Amino acid sequence: MRVLELPPSLGYRDVEVLYRAVAAGEPLLFDARRVVWVHPTGMVALLAAGKVARDRSGVASKLTLPVGPKGQQVTSYLGAAGFFRAASEVFDSPFPWTPRRTRRPTDTLLEVTPIATNSDVHKAVDEVQAQAEVVLTERLRYDSPALAWFSMILSEVCQNIVEHAEAPGWVAAQAYKRMPGLPRAAVVIAVSDLGRGFQASLAERHASRFADRWDDAIALDAAFLQGMTRHPDTGRGQGIKQIRRLVGGWNGLFSIRSGTARIADAPEWGRTPPMEERLTPFPGAHVNIVIPDRTEP
Amino acid sequence: MTGRVAGDGLCPVSIDVYAVARSAVASMRPNLVTRPTGRAVRAAIEERLADSRPALVSLLDLRGIRILDFSCADEVVAKLVLRYLGPDRPGNVFFLFRAVENLHRHAVEEVLRRHRLAAACDVGDRRFELLGDVEQAERDAWTTLERCGCIDPGAGAGLDREEARVLQRLADRRLAYVGEGGEFWALSVATKLVQGGGR
Repeated sequence: MRVLELPPSLGYRDVEVLYRAVAAGEPLLFDARRVVWVHPTGMVALLAAGKVARDRSGVASKLTLPVGPKGQQVTSYLGAAGFFRAASEVFDSPFPWTPRRTRRPTDTLLEVTPIATNSDVHKAVDEVQAQAEVVLTERLRYDSPALAWFSMILSEVCQNIVEHAEAPGWVAAQAYKRMPGLPRAAVVIAVSDLGRGFQASLAERHASRFADRWDDAIALDAAFLQGMTRHPDTGRGQGIKQIRRLVGGWNGLFSIRSGTARIADAPEWGRTPPMEERLTPFPGAHVNIVIPDRTEP
Repeated sequence: MTGRVAGDGLCPVSIDVYAVARSAVASMRPNLVTRPTGRAVRAAIEERLADSRPALVSLLDLRGIRILDFSCADEVVAKLVLRYLGPDRPGNVFFLFRAVENLHRHAVEEVLRRHRLAAACDVGDRRFELLGDVEQAERDAWTTLERCGCIDPGAGAGLDREEARVLQRLADRRLAYVGEGGEFWALSVATKLVQGGGR
């Protein structure tokens, strides 16, 4: 079993190391002992990478937990964020038992939640509201309707899993007082699925018009910028467009990685290129949304 | 709830969308999210309208709905309006939407625009606005009709040909009702019976 030493910070910029590691199809030991900070995108990417490694190698991967005082804080956070409940379905490792909480910690807006059906989407939207209202209005200084729009964003990104991926996925949301690369309060929504990705989802309806140029980047561009969907129905394709409008209006970052490409709407603080290509192939689609507070950077 | 006949045969009916959602999808949550939920709610509304009288103005009341996402709005608002727009519509039903305030306004407006539709929406304080895909001339004519309640071109309303044409276009888009005498009625006239207890 090959050992993959995870970087100290497992934010959305750091997850490529996970995707690269599983490319060889070997069973892996994900060594998280040095991890001192993990982002919702890191959590769902770790689950996705663990599942892909297991599916490709036929052997469940292992995951060691962070160590040291900071590591214990991370482990405690992972437990409170519901990571271990989802991880126990993916990794062959013992995890600390964490009771399903009756009162959530302040900053976890949505625990790691599996999304496979529409009722899971309803559950996620219902769950997020009680806690998100306080965080969005008091800490991030958004007005009250922002909670409804935040919930709409969550609903639309989760529905993408059910409607387009044809495979299950996970969603998580977390609030931060500050985070690496963004010294401001922010909320992060991360969604990962291991479905067929944008290129395959859109291919039947749109690939022919792009001929041999059709690839992951073109498919992401078509969905993200042009609102194309695999459905002929005029009413489709609203979700991504509206998420871009809302998140952009809040000076936030919205990125989707699918196949070998990542497309992003990123403000200056995001330091993320609008399109990255020739990334390590990885199944599914992986959404990262960062909404900063209303103060100027 | 149905009210008295108003506007030369136009009957009002008020539909509580939250109550419909609770019965259609067996959920106590005030969130209209996901496309399948939207489809179920739309089907339930259509069922309630199935025994519609010759002309019905349906006031779809969104009070009680907390979250309305775009997928659900597309089904419950846009596709419902679309279904009753063409000549093959299942009944002679006109739609108005109530409580399309800040929370839901954007979703309603966007899904209507996407289908090149428009609808009169109560955006608060019983004030109706035309949301969706609307030309300025249509908006002006609709605003005038809304203010007057009824415009009868045959009774010296002083309309020029273009103004009459725009009013007819509103009627074709199901944004105004044409009475048996050829007069144009604002749809909100009928809703006042529902809202105001028959005033």
